[in-house]
Amino acid sequence: MSALPQDRPPHQAPAETPPETPGDAAEAYSRRTMIRADLALIVEMVEPGTRVLDVGCGTGELLECLVIDRGCVGRGIELSQAGVNDSVRRGLSVVQGDADTDLNDYPSDAFDYVILSQTLQATRAPGEVVANLVRIGRRAIVSFPNFGHWRVRLDLLLQGRMPKSEALPEAWYETPNIHLCTIRDFLNLADELGVTVERSLALDQQGTDKGIAGLRRANLFGQHGLFLLSGG
Amino acid sequence: MTDTTSVSESAPDRATPSRQELAGQTVELGRARPLMLDCGVELGPFTMAYRTYGELNADKSNAILVCHALTGDQHVVDPPHTERSGWWELMVGSGRPLDTDRYFVICANVLGGCMGTEGPKEINPDTGEPWGLDFPVITIADMVRAQTLLLDHLGIDKLFCVIGGSMGAMQVLQFATAYPERTFAAVPIAGAGRHSAQNIAFHEVGRQAIMADPDWCDGDYLRQGTKPRRGLAVARMAAHVTYLSEAALHRKFGRRLQDRKSVTYGFDADFQVESYLRHQGSSFVDRFDANSYLYITRAMDYFDLAADHGGVLARAFEDTPVRYCVVSFTSDWLFPTSENREVVHALNAAAADVSFVEVDTDKGHDAFLLDEPEFFSVLNGFLEGCAHLAGLVGERRSNGQSAGGRVE
Repeated sequence: MSALPQDRPPHQAPAETPPETPGDAAEAYSRRTMIRADLALIVEMVEPGTRVLDVGCGTGELLECLVIDRGCVGRGIELSQAGVNDSVRRGLSVVQGDADTDLNDYPSDAFDYVILSQTLQATRAPGEVVANLVRIGRRAIVSFPNFGHWRVRLDLLLQGRMPKSEALPEAWYETPNIHLCTIRDFLNLADELGVTVERSLALDQQGTDKGIAGLRRANLFGQHGLFLLSGG
Repeated sequence: MTDTTSVSESAPDRATPSRQELAGQTVELGRARPLMLDCGVELGPFTMAYRTYGELNADKSNAILVCHALTGDQHVVDPPHTERSGWWELMVGSGRPLDTDRYFVICANVLGGCMGTEGPKEINPDTGEPWGLDFPVITIADMVRAQTLLLDHLGIDKLFCVIGGSMGAMQVLQFATAYPERTFAAVPIAGAGRHSAQNIAFHEVGRQAIMADPDWCDGDYLRQGTKPRRGLAVARMAAHVTYLSEAALHRKFGRRLQDRKSVTYGFDADFQVESYLRHQGSSFVDRFDANSYLYITRAMDYFDLAADHGGVLARAFEDTPVRYCVVSFTSDWLFPTSENREVVHALNAAAADVSFVEVDTDKGHDAFLLDEPEFFSVLNGFLEGCAHLAGLVGERRSNGQSAGGRVE
């Protein structure tokens, strides 16, 4: 299994586009479609048959895809017990744990890839987490919502309020996101940590790679950043 | 008096069943080579009593070893000579998580036990008298060594899974770390990598209760024709409280009175919870041997997997090929989630294949014996995944969506 079958990318966004009018249903819909396409790109980054640790694996959707379709040896960590139980019920190897504290347990170079999808912004110490990712894995794959997107900037500038968007749907007082950053911020962090950025993608809300060239444009027009990292 | 459950008014004394009365099989082990115990004594030949359920497949790859807890026995399902159901009927059987249509389930009475396996109440061949305190002190590792001899006898090189709760979880951890090549999967439920100081303390209370009973006769009660009923019942009562939770006790009993309108200003069992505990104590005495209780609690106290590996628990799991699923229960304060999590952290530190599930329940430590749908469904998923990986069943299905090229 060297590539995903063309007729059934497991996490491809459905053909129909989300309704234009905002609202709870539309919001949930777009979040769901974003995540699925985002995950498809991650799956493509992972070499088949490798050892993968998915940090913040939710209910195990991505991990299951990697195990079954890519023949990977998969492990997961998930904060929510409900997510863990769902994952184990799927036959996946997942432990309840916290990226901030439990990554320290893992030995160095134990995995080929360590994945942190849409979780970095909710960790207490993102720098330590990223350092742990490239320590535990030969490569790390990180994705997060880009706080430098033009709509976010415009919201803050014009309304003077904490931005809410499709990528950041919760109000400031209920969001789990305590360390939001921009694509530029993240690249600076990687630089400070001495982490090599092998690939960087700026994605739209549907999780599609728009092929945005240049950091300035990516940081302005990308709604999500997706990075393939390696240590040193 | 309506309270029939007090210790003094319990059923007439009768011995625990003799070997001949027991259903299932017994086997003599350790004749060719005696079992070398941790205490330095050689034991053998010795008898082991066990039960099996389901059929062993042709390549002997579908065996599951169930390890029982402190006061459990080999009769997981369908115990003889009793109206009571087996202690894990919810778990083992056709269509149950340990599906006897698919798996060959084995459970042996532990070494030191009192349900047919060699223990202090059996006859010491050297003297022709019950072993009593002459029985050597055994450890969890000794119990597991004895079980591997049983597997040898059954011709089973490698288990599909070893599973157990509480002391059973200790045996699971011991088995999977001492013999990683002999099992595909390991499920320690509500266990720990070592017995905590608090748990040793509770065990000591129980042992002192037994030994303070004059009928214990310095362990020689069988020859004296008596039995430390009160001591053993008190030990059981104290232990039983640790198997429950405050919430479960409150839900079950609250402060409700036992068959009376008001308190009696005396020391009868005024409260339902007292009556319940007295019943637990007295019924336990009918089925369990006091010296066995001493030996088995001691074995649990001595269990410390990290100490056996240079003080580092993770070393016990180094390069392990075993697929682990650790399970804990939120309201278990005897083997709390934190203790189970320590095992998980050690497994992570060894980059082992591990799942860890904490089941939300108010039923305390005993939850592993009870109807916990979340527990069963997660365990089903884990075993199903293992069965596919171990090649016991056909190609694994993708959840919800059919994988490319495969039609369901």
